[in-house]
Order: sequence, then C-alpha cells, then structure tokens
Amino acid sequence: MIQYLPIFKKMLQKYPGRNRERQNALVTETGDSPGMAKGMITGARGDTHDGYKVRLSIKTALGKDAYQWNEDEKFLFRATIAFAMRAYTKDESYNVSSVLICNETQRVSFWIQVKRPNTAIPVQQDLLEKAIISSRNRINSAFLLSDKTLEFVGITSTLPSPIEPSYPVWLVVFGVVIGIVTLGIIAIIVSGVLAKKRKIKEIEDGDELEKEDNIVENGIYCGVLEIKEGVNNGAFAHEDDSLTKL
Amino acid sequence: IMKLQLPNPRLEDRIYSYDELEKMEKEEAGDRPKWDNKAQYMLTCIGFCVGLGNVWRFPYLCQSHGGGAFMIPFLILLVFEGIPLLHLEFAIGQRLRKGSVGVWNAIHPYLGGVGIASMMVSFLVGLYYNTIIAWVMWYFFNSFQEPLPWSQCPLNENKTGYIKECADSSPVDYYWYRETLNISTKIDDSGSVHWWLLLCLACAWAVLYVCCIRGIETTGKAVYITSTLPYLVLTIFLIRGLTLKGSVNGIIYLFTPDIDELANPATWLDAGAQVFYSFSLAFGGLISFSSYNSVHNNCERDAVIISVINGFTSIYAATVIYSIIGFRATERYDDCISGNIVSLLNTFNLPDGNITEATYEQALQSLNSTFPTELSNLNLPTCNMDKFLSDGVEGTGLAFIVFTEAITKMPISPLWSILFFIMLFCLGLSSMFGNIEGVLVPMQDLKIFPKSWPKEAITGTICLGCFLLAIIFVQSSGNYWLALFDSFAGSIPLLIIAFCEMVGVVYLYGIDRFNKDIEFMIGHKPNIFWQATWRVISPLIMLFIFLFYFVTKVNQELLYIAWDPEYVNFPSLKELGYPSWVYVIIFILAGIPSLSVPITAIFKWIHNRCRKGEDHTNLMTVSSVVSMKNIY
Repeated sequence: MIQYLPIFKKMLQKYPGRNRERQNALVTETGDSPGMAKGMITGARGDTHDGYKVRLSIKTALGKDAYQWNEDEKFLFRATIAFAMRAYTKDESYNVSSVLICNETQRVSFWIQVKRPNTAIPVQQDLLEKAIISSRNRINSAFLLSDKTLEFVGITSTLPSPIEPSYPVWLVVFGVVIGIVTLGIIAIIVSGVLAKKRKIKEIEDGDELEKEDNIVENGIYCGVLEIKEGVNNGAFAHEDDSLTKL
Repeated sequence: IMKLQLPNPRLEDRIYSYDELEKMEKEEAGDRPKWDNKAQYMLTCIGFCVGLGNVWRFPYLCQSHGGGAFMIPFLILLVFEGIPLLHLEFAIGQRLRKGSVGVWNAIHPYLGGVGIASMMVSFLVGLYYNTIIAWVMWYFFNSFQEPLPWSQCPLNENKTGYIKECADSSPVDYYWYRETLNISTKIDDSGSVHWWLLLCLACAWAVLYVCCIRGIETTGKAVYITSTLPYLVLTIFLIRGLTLKGSVNGIIYLFTPDIDELANPATWLDAGAQVFYSFSLAFGGLISFSSYNSVHNNCERDAVIISVINGFTSIYAATVIYSIIGFRATERYDDCISGNIVSLLNTFNLPDGNITEATYEQALQSLNSTFPTELSNLNLPTCNMDKFLSDGVEGTGLAFIVFTEAITKMPISPLWSILFFIMLFCLGLSSMFGNIEGVLVPMQDLKIFPKSWPKEAITGTICLGCFLLAIIFVQSSGNYWLALFDSFAGSIPLLIIAFCEMVGVVYLYGIDRFNKDIEFMIGHKPNIFWQATWRVISPLIMLFIFLFYFVTKVNQELLYIAWDPEYVNFPSLKELGYPSWVYVIIFILAGIPSLSVPITAIFKWIHNRCRKGEDHTNLMTVSSVVSMKNIY
C-alpha cells in the first residue's frame, strides 16, 4: 500500500476562479457580500476586460504584525503595479491613475485593471502578466508577502527549480565506504596469510630444534652421548661379579 | 503416547558421549571455532533474531489487529512457541556440537534432509535480504545532502510543472519507485540492470564479506556494533519523536486495545507466524552459533533472555515507529484542514483569519446551512485523523515511503535520515550473519569445498556467488521478484523444518535422552513446562500455523501489486495475476527445500539397501576420531 497526497492540494492549484470577468471601463468599488463570491463585476456593458483578481492573506503571512488593509495600502498597491508596468515597458507615462481597483471583498481580494496611459483602453492581458511576473519579487516585498500570500489568480508563479548538487553526493559516500571495506578485506587476508606463514615457520623451527642439543635423554644431552659414544649405565654393569654367586 | 520413542539404532555411535564432551572441554581440542566471550554469543544471537521484521512488520500487525490487544496473543505464543523452540535449538546445537546438517545427520541419517532444507532456505532468504540492505545503503548514501532528494519533485522539461508521475503520487513515492527502483509495470518486463543499485548491492555483499571473512572470529567483533547501535538509534528517535507534535496520538492509537480482535482467528495465526519468523528459527544459524559454546553453558537461561529481549525490542520499535507515524498523520491532518480553510476563505471571500483550526467545524456547519450548493461543489476532502493513522503500511513501504516522508518534515532531516538508515543497515546485517552461518557450515559439513581452501576463500566464493545470483533483484522488475521470494522462500519451508525439528528431537532422538543431556549440560532436568511444550504444545501450534498457511496460500489467487503510472486508479497499486511460468519458480523456492526432507530420506534408504553387505567396515565413528586426537 502506498501513500499519496490528498487531492485537496490539486484543488488549490486548480482553483476555478473566474479568470477574466466581462466588465466595462466603469467599475465600482464596493464591498462584496458573500453572495457575490464568484466575483461578478457590476458593470454596465460587460465588454472584454483585461485584469487580474488579486488575493491577499495578510494575517496568514504576518500574524500579529499584520497591517490593516486601508486606502493607503491600496494606493501603494496601485503604485507598485504602475511601477511594474513602467519597469517592463520602459514607458514612463504609466501612473497611479492608470491602475484601477475594484470589487473588493473582506477576504481581502479585488480586481485590478491597468489602462494605457492617458487612455481608457486596458492593456493586453499577457503584457500585464509579463510585467507582473518580472517585478513579482518587488511587489511581494513592498507588502511583506510572498507568492503564496499575495496571489494573482491566473498567474502561476514559476516553480523554484529543485536544488540539485553539482556532483552526485552519493557516489562520494559510496566511494568512501567501498574504500574502507576493500582495505579491511585486504588487511584481514594479508594478516591471515602472514599468521599462517609464521605458524609454519614456527613448526619448522621446532623440528630443527629437535635435532639440537636441547633434547635430553635420561638426563644426559644427546649431543654429549654421541660424543662419548655412550655412557656406562651402572644398573646394567656386571664388572664386579663376572661369576654369579652361588 | 507421551513417551513415544521411534527406533534409532546406533545413535550413540554418531554422537559424542559425555566423557568425550568433558575431555573436549578440558583440552579445548579440535579446530572448531569458539566464542571469545559470552557477550559475543549473546549479541550475535540477539542480532540474528532482531531484524527488519521487528521494525516494520510487528508495528503493522499490532496496529491492524487491535493495538494493545495484539500483545496478548503475541506474548502467549512467545511463551508457548518461541521460547521452547529456541531452547531446543540451542540445546541440540550445544550438545551435538555441529552445524545444522551435522546435527540432523547425527540424530538420524534419514533426517539429514532437514539440515539441507535449512541450508537452502538460509541461502534463498539471504539472497533477497541482502538486496534490501543494498536499498538501505542507497538511501543512506543519498542522505548526505540538504534538502533530501526525496523531499521535492523534479521539474518537467519545460519547467512549467512537476513531472506528471511525481505530481500524481508524491515525491517520496516517485523517488522510491522511479529514481531508486526504476520499476517496470509487471514482473514479465525485466527491463535492464540498474548500475546504481548494482553498485550498492556489491557494496552490501562486500561489507558482509568483510564481517564474515573468518567466520565467528570476525562476526564476533562486528556484532558489538551491529547489535547495539539499533537500540541507541531507537532511543534517540523515541526522544526526538516524543518532542514532535502529534506523536503521542500515534502511540495511543497503536496501543488502544480492541478486545474484539481476539476472537478473530487471523489475529492468533498472525501472532504465531510473527513470533516464529521473528526468532529466525529453523534457519540452522542458531544451532551453529550454539555449537561453538562450552558444553556447560546454560542454554535454558540464554533462550529465555533472548526471547524476552526479542519481544521487548518488537514492542519498543513499534512505539518509536508509531510516534513518528503519529507525527506524520498530524502533519497531514493539519495540511488537510488548512487547505480546506483556504478554499473556504477564497470561495466565500471571508476575511483572512476568520476560520481557524478551532472554529473549522462550526464554520463549516454554518456555511453548509447558508450556502449548501456552493459548499458541495467545492468537494472538500474530509480530514479524518484516524484514517491518516490507520493507513497501515508495512515492509519496504514503511521504511522507504512513510518514514522518509516523515523525516523530510523534521528539522535537520539529513541527520535523522542517516541515523535511521544506519539502524536499518545494522539490523539487516546482523541477521545476515546468521544466514551466512546457516549456509557456510552445512557446505563445509557436506564437503562441497575442497579441504585445502582457506576459510577466507570459501566465504568469498559464497558471497560472490550470492551477489551474482542477486542481480535478478536489481533489474526493473526486481521488487516483484523480491516480493515473490519473500512470500514463498521464507514461509512454508521454515514451518515444515521447524515441525520436523521438534518431532525429530522429541521422538527420534528421544525426549528422555534429551532431558539427560540437558541435565548433564546445565545441571538440572528441564521442568514440566519444557516437557509439555516440547512434546505437545509447540508441535501442535506449528502444525496449526502450517496448515493455515498452506490452505490459504493454495486457495488464494496468486496476485501481486504493481506500480503502473497508466493505471486508472494511480497512484494506488494495481493488482495483477502472476504469469504461468512463475509457478515453476514458486516450486523451486518452496517445493525443493520442503521436499529435500523426504527425498534425502529416500535416497539414504536406497543407498543403505545397496550397501547392506558392507556393514560397519568403513564407518569412522565419532569416538574413534576423538581418541585418535588423544594419542597426540
């Protein structure tokens, strides 16, 4: 049996938010009730509209240090988006007034739309997307948030590539272990062979020693016996009685 | 009927008499190896008994058969099945002073097949067991990096997302099935030999060789580390585990008794099988180890001590494992809840922080009453802590998937990973010592190798041969082969061997003679407990377990589970039937060792009939060998 991550993780990634809402240039800034959960924009004409839904989770990110989301924060947000557009398009005419915020909710989430400078025409969706992606870090840091807590619904953050070491670490460890083991095997075999050789030598030396004077027979060294050509053994000598007594 | 004794002529000629044993004891004659001290012997036996099964099989059984209530059948069967069999093997080895083939040949020539069967089973089990150690080494080598390679999915080619197989399952699954095993979809599909696993396998056999190179002379030194280190690591993990959130939930869940499970016969049979396999009985290794002891060693006390330690280790390891599993389940539960909370906040545009873990339930209910349709459209998964805890995993899944995932969530993961895999490595290696002993000594007794070969060469040849054969397990279909070996090589034959051992000692060798032997060795006759268990209780238990196993295995359809990314219910594992040629393999694995018992008996009988005329002329009995040595 294997384990697999719950399906809810997939859900988070594929949240079926409304990507592009149909709305015209006239937008209202109203606090939504939960009934407007799907983000229906009140607008007069329902034209094609390029914009993104933004979702902030300030309390999750900062806990006790969470700041309040008020008009000043919204101003800063519009300014950063304008900055992003300027930085990407190198067009200095983008201003805070080019960025519109609408449909705020208590979640804190809202829609943004960027208009071309001094016009009412919204910029292209992909242009806006690329601009946001390129300055994503700066936008996040301005609000002390991260990709997860400052979401642009529809813009997937580039996944951080997994940190891969430049060389296979496991081969190094493997090499070390195999080296130690091989040395051990060689050491044991060599010591075994040496010990055997020493034992054989000892037995041979022992055999040779047997031929030397250290062997004693009846208290007399063999070497001495050989020189003397024998020793008189008194027990067997009959010199005194050549004839047995009657 | 209790004193039934089958005829056993010329038994005294084949075994040492008490005088000869005393003489051997005093003179320390013979080229038989000896333990340096008692501690080495005890540590080697404990190491052999305590293995990977204590860590990954017992906790699963405990949890799935009613938690604390499982202790009751386990402990009862430990006392009535494990300890008597263990004492029997120790006593017979110490008395007859031979390896498994020698011992059974001495008891009765027709029983020689039991020794041969033990040798074959030790060999087959050793083959696949060391492959698991090779996998452990692979994970160990890969633990020296931060972050651990199984903590994240690799990206696909255009770097827009994770590789599909990994995204559908999980990083730990992907790492195990794809990057380690590179597994194929079925057993027929052998794939290729994977070089990285081949290197790890070579390393595993090399380490085993260096530890076993001179028999117990070298293993006796190695066990000081391999048998004690696991306990140290388990303690470290216990302390670490208890400081993690949710670990106590795991322990409580593990030990909460469900008394109803005691009425389920499967519980008792699983407990009996676990006790039996956990004690590494019938492999022949324990008989060998015991034969190197001095004759008057107190084998009765040793058997009791080792059984108690084995049982205690199982329970201790289960506690540690489940503390970590409790932590993992709590992490999953928290992830589940916070994921659901985020979905709710997003869908209903509620202020951030409105729903917390504490208020989740009531918020859910109030939303259900006000917006039922939208809520059901969300398809929120239910977060059930018990379900996460009861995702019982055993075997390699526990070590390489569940535990590795839990480790990635702990701070300083590489350290815990290294410790964990060192522990598994030591547990496995010390069990392998017993397996090698169970192969080496019978081969020497059967005179398969020429006498002039030094011990180093014999062990080297065995290790090399096993390594070459184990290459089956490092192909793409290796895991399926391993599961096949595990189910068939190590189950039925061992039960048959153990049953024959009991019957052989009690009724062929003679319980009276055995009692006298034990009195000679340790100074007092075995009491009524041993008599009752050896003669009746333990053989009956073995018989029941064997019949149950046999009947279940024969009746069940032969299925195995496979990892198939194309499967409809992926990442669940797919059930496949074995192809027909597998039946031949199963026969080789289970049939040949089991049948070697009767076949050897028949062979010896035919041999005897042919040589009936020659009688005793060429018999060199044990007593003549001993007295020859005395002349020197």
